[in-house]
Amino acid sequence: MSTDNNEKLVGAFVEALQIEAITVTDELQYNTIKEWDSVAHMTLVAALEEVFDIMLDTDDIIDMSSVGKAKEILGRYDVNF
Amino acid sequence: MTLISDRFQLTDQVALVTGASRGIGAGIARLYAEAGAHVWLSSRNIADVEALAEELPNARAITLDVSDAASVKAAIMTIRKEAGRLDVLVNNAGVMRPAMLAMSSEADLDMMLDTNLKGAFLCAQLAGRLMVGKKHGVILNMASIMGRIGAPGHSAYCATKAGMIGLTHALAKELAPHNIRVNALAPGFIETDLTSDISGDAREHALAEIGLGRFGTIEDVANAALFLASPAAAYVTGQVLGIDGAMQI
Repeated sequence: MSTDNNEKLVGAFVEALQIEAITVTDELQYNTIKEWDSVAHMTLVAALEEVFDIMLDTDDIIDMSSVGKAKEILGRYDVNF
Repeated sequence: MTLISDRFQLTDQVALVTGASRGIGAGIARLYAEAGAHVWLSSRNIADVEALAEELPNARAITLDVSDAASVKAAIMTIRKEAGRLDVLVNNAGVMRPAMLAMSSEADLDMMLDTNLKGAFLCAQLAGRLMVGKKHGVILNMASIMGRIGAPGHSAYCATKAGMIGLTHALAKELAPHNIRVNALAPGFIETDLTSDISGDAREHALAEIGLGRFGTIEDVANAALFLASPAAAYVTGQVLGIDGAMQI
């Protein structure tokens, strides 16, 4: 399950940000690469919501500042890694 | 080659119309269904939209209090689960409590702000997330001529409708990179429950201000709402379309 979820998460980042999968590490942070700007952040949120069938609270969207943080937030929605 | 009629079709598009129990909202829902859309009709009380939903092809009724973020989230999640996407959002739900400034209550001000403006914001916020995922969508905000030229005794209502115009402009710019178009409709005097009690001298005075010499119909507004949602308006975004018979030029 956690492996599946990790693959889904990486897939969402790759598709939404148009980056290589190898780039998607826990340390990757919002606004540190040109591909992850505020416009792409909305695309990423939409992708994560669709792939995990959830709808994030606004505070969590604001708080999603890195891949690691995304995993932590998704855990609150019963998406475990 | 695309037929002219095809440019105004909404075949298999999924649309949500808020405040669809009567008047303009019901009229838009009817025309969208006729144009081939799968329409979700919403109201705070689902019983108010169930009969119309049963009457229309491919229509569903859903409970939605636009002023309540939890209610909006629940409705949008239901639509995503059942329909898989949302192509068109019509922010039509609205309330009007006329009162001169000195006699306007804080409760009425809050009600109009919460329903007319905050409600549209919340619905656009969550519906927009579904649209961003599909890189496609249309949001229509129901403004009013009163939000453009004002009207005595309607300061709070006019403020909410002017706010809708500002919201439309901002969202059009913000959502354009995601291929989501955002426009507003600004009806003038339209024959609805809200205007049915205008009679006698007041009606004559109102008619004198309308170039075409008649009140608009629900169909007049619905036709404009269909155009803005359709492929025919593919390059139209950030606009406020007046439907007022030359009341404001």
